[in-house]
Amino acid sequence: MSLTPAELTSSVSGGIGSSPQRPDGHLKVRGEFAYASDLWHEDMIWGATLRSPHPYARIVSVDLTEALKVPGVYAVLTHQDVPGRNLYGLEHKDQPVLAVDVVRYQGEPVALVGADHPETALRAMKRIEVEYEVLTPVVDMETATEDTPLHPGGNLVRHVPVRRGDQNASAEVVVTGRYEVGMQDQAFLGPESGLAVPAEDGGIDLYIATQWLHVDQAQVASALGLPLDKVRLTLSGVGGAFGGREDLSMQVHACLLALHTGKPTKMVYNREESFYGHVHRHPAVLHYEHGADRTGKLVYVKAKIYLDGGAYASSTSAVVANAATLGVGPYEVDNVTVDCWGVYTNNPPCGAMRGFGAVQAAFAYESQMDKLAEALAMDPVDVRIVNAMSEGSVMPTGQVVDSAAPVAQLLKLVKDKPLPPVSTTVDLRDMPGGVSNTTHGEGVVRGVGYAVGIKNVCFSEGYDDYSTARVRLQVINGEPAALAHTAACEVGQGLVTIMQQIVRTELGVQRVTILPMDTSIGNGGSTSASRQTYVTGGAMKAACAAVKEKLARLAAGRNTTDLVELLGGEVIDETVEWRHRATEPLDPVTGQGNAHVQYGFAAHRAVVDVDVELGLVKVVELDCAQDVGKALNPQAVQGQIQGGTAQGLGLAVMEEIQTADGKVRNPSFTDYLIPTVLDMPPMRIDVLELADPNAPYGVRGVGEPPTISSTPAIVAAIRAATGLALPRVPVRPEHITGT
Amino acid sequence: MRVNVTVNGEQRQADEVWEGESLLFLLRERLGLPGSKNACEQGECGSCTVYLDDVPVCSCLVAAGQAQGREVRTVEGLAQGDRLDPVQEAFVEAGAVQCGFCTPGLVVAAHDLIRRVPDPGDPEIREALAGNLCRCTGYEKIMDAVRLAARRARS
Repeated sequence: MSLTPAELTSSVSGGIGSSPQRPDGHLKVRGEFAYASDLWHEDMIWGATLRSPHPYARIVSVDLTEALKVPGVYAVLTHQDVPGRNLYGLEHKDQPVLAVDVVRYQGEPVALVGADHPETALRAMKRIEVEYEVLTPVVDMETATEDTPLHPGGNLVRHVPVRRGDQNASAEVVVTGRYEVGMQDQAFLGPESGLAVPAEDGGIDLYIATQWLHVDQAQVASALGLPLDKVRLTLSGVGGAFGGREDLSMQVHACLLALHTGKPTKMVYNREESFYGHVHRHPAVLHYEHGADRTGKLVYVKAKIYLDGGAYASSTSAVVANAATLGVGPYEVDNVTVDCWGVYTNNPPCGAMRGFGAVQAAFAYESQMDKLAEALAMDPVDVRIVNAMSEGSVMPTGQVVDSAAPVAQLLKLVKDKPLPPVSTTVDLRDMPGGVSNTTHGEGVVRGVGYAVGIKNVCFSEGYDDYSTARVRLQVINGEPAALAHTAACEVGQGLVTIMQQIVRTELGVQRVTILPMDTSIGNGGSTSASRQTYVTGGAMKAACAAVKEKLARLAAGRNTTDLVELLGGEVIDETVEWRHRATEPLDPVTGQGNAHVQYGFAAHRAVVDVDVELGLVKVVELDCAQDVGKALNPQAVQGQIQGGTAQGLGLAVMEEIQTADGKVRNPSFTDYLIPTVLDMPPMRIDVLELADPNAPYGVRGVGEPPTISSTPAIVAAIRAATGLALPRVPVRPEHITGT
Repeated sequence: MRVNVTVNGEQRQADEVWEGESLLFLLRERLGLPGSKNACEQGECGSCTVYLDDVPVCSCLVAAGQAQGREVRTVEGLAQGDRLDPVQEAFVEAGAVQCGFCTPGLVVAAHDLIRRVPDPGDPEIREALAGNLCRCTGYEKIMDAVRLAARRARS
């Protein structure tokens, strides 16, 4: 098997607006698509990582003697073997490649082993003797800033205040609440993995599953003490990401082992290690107060939001900004007082996950809207529509929403759908508990709930967010053929299909080859923030425009538009960097500023059956309406909505990394449950296409909004069925039964 | 130890197999068949599903030595040359493949369902696929794919 992924040429015969087959689809169904964990190299060795068993401890000593004696072991490395800077991080360089004298979370990498077989590596790892002095971990996010400082600057990663209007506003109707969101895991199925191959020039070639090649490259080069051109990354097959691959995992480690031993080194985490090996969604505690008049119109919103960043900063700063700026939801509110704090603790590090700060806030503000409806004896959808923002509305940051914001319409769409009938015959498979035969309908109560959410699309706060695309056009075998190249990571979402569609539409060629993504071309930016179709799509469109300009020159004075005639033996090859419109930083005191590029919206209605005696929940139906600006690939858009909704369902009723004193209690798919096909109900989906005039083709980011509103809609439905307050997700059976 | 096993109709042999290795490891790392996937390696996710003597199993839970002298059929053995199996075809067409890491296991599980139950209803499809986790699709398009494949198999 070649290490370099296949060029993708097959299948696509449709331009934008159609749903051609994925060019990697056949490889994937045949089992021939090369994921990072599938790579193999002659003479390769296996790497393993020794991790801290303690959430917080001082390292007294490390003894490698016995480990080095194990036959088949090629290297045992510690921080002393890191030739470059031993600190990395997406926003703050605060995380050691390998721990030096302290470990700040359970699972923190301490040492590496390279061996001839994964089992040899594990056995050697167990012979590394580390003496720890165990310290009392900091685990409470609300008091962390007053607790033992875990980093030189203290335990506050970032505080974002947002102040708008009258800070002392009062209202006739006031509802308050304290809400909690548990730590969710991305649970991508393809484990962290990669293969590092030492090169003759003293550099390294890394084949890797990641979300952002160039930011990995910069961090790996820094840790290895190598110039960027000596660290070359190629995207391998990626088995899902959802934010969990934004931070480094085994990238530097595999390169260290490879450079140290001179041997190609493969590292693959197993599921347990994967739970320790990547950041999670920030758990949150959210205090809210909503004031409204008698018609339900919001007068003010006050919120204090705490996000637990765990031991290292990762992308906590940006998550804090999202929770703060999106903290009142898709509603018009004149008077806003929001504070959001992201803190360090000794819990597992948290960073990016689909919905990124907006998920946590939405659970709280949507719970509050239901509480407000109840206080006013209003319909929960009506109270939302009374306050719904629309195009021209002003965000709490002062930013004017300058493209479609059909919040009321989305709510009406899900509300107007007929409700599913209550079954008159008993089929166990439709019951909460299913074929476990826990009920034949006795104790089962139906509930309906609604929610709507808002998400920013692309990178915010003045970040120079761009992508690079290259298109080559020439005649091959008498046919015009295009080749498209970016460094934007395909992680499963179908970016490769979209790129082919764009090139076909822009250049009118049938044959479009997608080159493997790598760092030989400029930055493609992160596959996150629902941004790739927007930004790399924009770059690809712009690269095609540059090609068309060259074509126009060839066509000047000639009487043909036929590409084969025009091109002859010419090769047109254009590379373009493309940026979305600029954003501004937030004012550090008032939180004011045009910080976001675009907003996306989705609404859900959930119908649930709850066995109130056992606390089991069956989600019967989960309908969604979302505005996507323009569906470049309608099938892929649906796939995003369905998949995003399922992850929201997971957070609502089952998914949580449970910790006790900083230790993870359930690092496996036996104990950390994600939705199965039995948990996920049928969905009816309405897709609106209200073009954003600022975006290429009018697109609006699709991937995240459905994850945001799914969770609160389901919890609202469970509340409707049970009458319980349920201020925490995931809702567990004991929260319903009170036992 | 040495393991002899028939894989996708071919007689294969692997030497120096460590007793603790799984059938999944044998297939992926020793026989050059990485199609079966390593998502959990504890029998929870189904992505390593293969036929062992015509019965679907999680190959991560079968010791490599247990496959001695037996027949294994993996996802790589479903297509006839360039012609995809109808289940594979339906997965691509229906949009049931995103990242695709769960796909090999789901394709084998769906393949097994359709040969046992030519006209499965939705509840039967759900029960049959309940041991296969997918994190990308929310399962809706996987349901579409299995319905499509079953319909085609009947016609």
